[in-house]
Amino acid sequence: MAIRVQVEAFDPGAEVNAMHAANVGVGAVVSFVGYVRDFNEGRDVSGMFLEHYPGMTEKALAKIAVEAEQRWPLLKLEVLHRIGALEPGEPIVFVAAASAHRQAAFDACAFVMDYLKTRAPFWKKENTPEGPRWVEGRASDHAAAERW
Amino acid sequence: MSINVLFFARYSEAIGLDSLEMEGDFATVDAVRQALASDEGFEVLKESSLMCARNQELCSLDEPLQAGDEVAFFPPVTGG
Repeated sequence: MAIRVQVEAFDPGAEVNAMHAANVGVGAVVSFVGYVRDFNEGRDVSGMFLEHYPGMTEKALAKIAVEAEQRWPLLKLEVLHRIGALEPGEPIVFVAAASAHRQAAFDACAFVMDYLKTRAPFWKKENTPEGPRWVEGRASDHAAAERW
Repeated sequence: MSINVLFFARYSEAIGLDSLEMEGDFATVDAVRQALASDEGFEVLKESSLMCARNQELCSLDEPLQAGDEVAFFPPVTGG
């Protein structure tokens, strides 16, 4: 299990390749990449700042990853989340699960993202033409987390 | 007892502080929240969607406290 919280950009393709590079027992890798959009809730977004809770962030992500490893037979699990200033088009988050067969990888990846959305202490502040604006939490995210 | 209280994102902006030290007897996280929410400038802590953590783990408002604990209040998280 690898947890990374970083300011630096990352290459999603390289991350996916690394998921099976060292283990030929891996038969399936499912990954999710979240990107900064240039539009949200009716306003143009020229960039955003991602605030987090240093210390708790890493613990919260590790707790989610440990739970995923307990629920599914995973060979590798990576969670990478960026913090700080981000531009539209940049990747924000990367989650990848590797397993022998596809179903565990699909489910674990979706589970980690759904839990991350509602339990990991990150907050997005978007830059809009009207000024900076905090993104509000979505009820649909909670519904998604509850299905697990 | 002494409790270290942290605020994040919209809450730290509304309150104008990232953290403060509280002295007093607080049985639960909610006791800290209530003591603060009655002060001017801390009204944001009355929001029903408020989330909280004790010692860097999400908890409910009725979570018991011990001296030296770190308590955090923040709006719903929006990462990912």
